Amino acid sequence: MKQHTFEQSHQPQWDTLERWLNKIAQQEAISQEITQLPQLYRQVCQHLALARDRHYTPHLIARLNRLVLRGHQCLYQTPIRLFSQIINFMRRHFPQQVRQEWRLVSLASLLFFGSAGIVFVSIQNHPDLIYSILTTEQVHEIEVMYDPQRERWGYNREAKSDFLMFGYYIKNNISIDFQAFAGGILFGLGSLFFLLFNGIYLGSVAGHLTDMGYGVPFYAFIAGHSALELMALVLAGAAGLKLGLALIAPGRLTRLQALRCAATDSIRLIYGVAGMTLLAAVIEAFWSSNAAIEPLIKYIVGNLLWLMLMSYFLLAGRYRAT
Amino acid sequence: MLDTTRSIETPEGIELSLRVAGPVVRALAWSIDMGIRSIVYSLLAVLLSYLGELGYGIFFIAIFGLEWFYPVVFEVYRQGATPGKRALKIKVLHEWGTPVNWSAAMIRNLLRVVDFLPFFYGFGLITMIINQDFKRIGDLAAGTIVVYDDEKIKMVTLPVESARAMPVSLPLEQQLAIINFAERSPQLLPARKLELANLVTTLTNSRDEVSVKTLYQLANGLMGMNNSTNQIAN
Repeated sequence: MKQHTFEQSHQPQWDTLERWLNKIAQQEAISQEITQLPQLYRQVCQHLALARDRHYTPHLIARLNRLVLRGHQCLYQTPIRLFSQIINFMRRHFPQQVRQEWRLVSLASLLFFGSAGIVFVSIQNHPDLIYSILTTEQVHEIEVMYDPQRERWGYNREAKSDFLMFGYYIKNNISIDFQAFAGGILFGLGSLFFLLFNGIYLGSVAGHLTDMGYGVPFYAFIAGHSALELMALVLAGAAGLKLGLALIAPGRLTRLQALRCAATDSIRLIYGVAGMTLLAAVIEAFWSSNAAIEPLIKYIVGNLLWLMLMSYFLLAGRYRAT
Repeated sequence: MLDTTRSIETPEGIELSLRVAGPVVRALAWSIDMGIRSIVYSLLAVLLSYLGELGYGIFFIAIFGLEWFYPVVFEVYRQGATPGKRALKIKVLHEWGTPVNWSAAMIRNLLRVVDFLPFFYGFGLITMIINQDFKRIGDLAAGTIVVYDDEKIKMVTLPVESARAMPVSLPLEQQLAIINFAERSPQLLPARKLELANLVTTLTNSRDEVSVKTLYQLANGLMGMNNSTNQIAN
């Protein structure tokens, strides 16, 4: 068949497909006839194959290639059902993912809480150690922040409103979590750094304030949001370590394939991390900083949140095998 | 492979070709996006300064949202292209040629911070140069590629001439060369046309303008044009 005859007999189909694809792309109202789209698309696929096989001109092949490519993208895209995906994620996939990665989560917890614990205990024995970790100005700043004489605790709060701090916590804390995850791709080193750095920082601040006798304001402040915020960092670190581990020990896959599998799994942890840190920021800005609430109540609430978070990770989304 | 065309196979068994976008065009797209974000930040800073501390709080959240999620949201909901990418006619796709989903967009954009290391996309650039699809680290992990979004290809008309049958039978490549010559004639300078047509005087039995004209007629004949309709429809 000569090219001209070929084009003349199929041009109407190509025009129709082009029109439907435009409608779908612009999210216009789609009529009943669009149910024919897969069929029409496959016919045009055949036309492209024929045009190539018969060595029709590059121009025609390019035109058909573009048309088929658009059809392919339209037909094989993943539908985005954001709302139901979020619900399912919270009910099932997130805790399941955390349990699936229990080894790395334990390792990340050990790195973070372990380093915090070691520094905490060391400072109890050698209080001057704090000055080897933080600068004198930082130490002074922390002391002023959690001075029991002050009315509101945490980050020079008197001059600023709660909402300002809310925005600050979101920006700062979630960004740290994201970096702790992304850094993992450098063979795990970035995640290792963020886990240890933050662990040591937490341990030294807690150790120093306890040693100073400023424990009550500090623990009352962090009790509420500690569960969500600290576990979020641990999970972000674990997700990052997973990326690094895939590159170091890819097993039977190539490094690239291993990295992809690891990334698809660990990004689920990161969705959860972002949600947890967001919630932590709400608590930190509007509850933890409220000095009117008795420290005892804050401790109880804080511990309850730890308990709830742990039972969520351990129990949610479990089903009996059928 | 020296060119930047990559082929993907569809479930229909068809091979599609995509043109991968290189570092320069992607850097330009990034600069446009950066510019847009900077303008939004400046506007927000001015507007929100009236709200005092509440405004600062909103400003922090806006910075966080735009820095991390601006590319993600556009890539998922705007056919794989941020405004910068759209301006330069490139877009993000899965390696298998379909639009990116949330996971892939999140992975490639969260890992952007690593591509940015040690300074100004150093790792990203090195990675892009050493792999054949110009993928930065985020693209490798997410399994995505950045390709040119081809515009609708314009209609081509052969020069209007009556069709003429081939005097001799030629191999396929040579037939295609004659058709391509006719198709590309609007882009060729007159002198170049003559020069090319004079290479095949044995086929056309003529020289200069007559030879060009004969080649057009042969091309029309090869395409199967009738004398009445001398135009390839669309």
